[in-house]
Amino acid sequence: MDTVQDTPRETSQVALNLRVLVIGTMFGIVLVKGQVISWFNIQEMFRFQSAYMYLVIGSAVVVGAISVFLIKRTHARTIDRQEIEIKSKKLNKGTVIGGIMFGLGWAVTGACPGPIYAQIGSGTWLAFVTLGAALVGSYLYALAQPRLPS
Amino acid sequence: MLEWIMQPWPWYVTGPALGLMIPLLLLSTGKSWGISGSFRNINAMCAPRTKLPYLQFDWRSSAWKVILAVGVVIGGFIANYLLSPEPVPFLPDIYFSVKGVLLLSAGGLLIGFGTRYADGCTSGHTLMGLSNLQMTSLIATICFFIGGLIMTWLIMPLLV
Repeated sequence: MDTVQDTPRETSQVALNLRVLVIGTMFGIVLVKGQVISWFNIQEMFRFQSAYMYLVIGSAVVVGAISVFLIKRTHARTIDRQEIEIKSKKLNKGTVIGGIMFGLGWAVTGACPGPIYAQIGSGTWLAFVTLGAALVGSYLYALAQPRLPS
Repeated sequence: MLEWIMQPWPWYVTGPALGLMIPLLLLSTGKSWGISGSFRNINAMCAPRTKLPYLQFDWRSSAWKVILAVGVVIGGFIANYLLSPEPVPFLPDIYFSVKGVLLLSAGGLLIGFGTRYADGCTSGHTLMGLSNLQMTSLIATICFFIGGLIMTWLIMPLLV
């Protein structure tokens, strides 16, 4: 039986954006303080010279997986009592081809998309080049998408 | 405490803190964690009259992806200028050159194209997708690493 307390409430745009902004800020701080945005750390990872990034990614996924498991198991709702639905992504040729392309770019720039933004904030002005190129790359994908194998 | 925050953080703080972003975002907004979708959103915002099907969507309803990215920029600033004894460089000196700009441009193109083609990056696939035990994201993550290994071991020795 639905009580008043169970009725979902609409999240206002302002509230949504504020929450997201705060979480993004926290993420940016962790990326920088954990030096996940360092080209040197990414290179050491791909050269198998340091376990650091593997431990970071591994422990992040463990915490994420436990969280998602608990959210599903308890049918947790958002703070506005909305149901939480996690959509699954389709496996297709893009997963493989696009995934390898991204990996190539990740290693040479030392940054995946989150760290590109964090590098910019950290005053690594060259990261504007990476971001600009990534936006062009994304647009090129939009141009090519109707003709790409999916 | 403050002294401790000012140091670089160890993996057992960094990793779990990154993982906690997933339930924080889910429980506060119901949104699934991801960063590279912001590229598509920015493209669509900048091209309102586009005829490209990939960019014809209501970007206002997913503008939060761009706000999240703005937050990451702000967080990067706070961490490096306010929570560090002195700002740390994150790219090698050799990248501050024409060659470096070309390398970052090529890499950025691959990141933008690749993450959109793969429908996610280390955030949407490796963090969110693996946490949700999705096979697609496991395959994507393996491919990210294959690409990274090819670049690091076969291509970069010729370029850098």
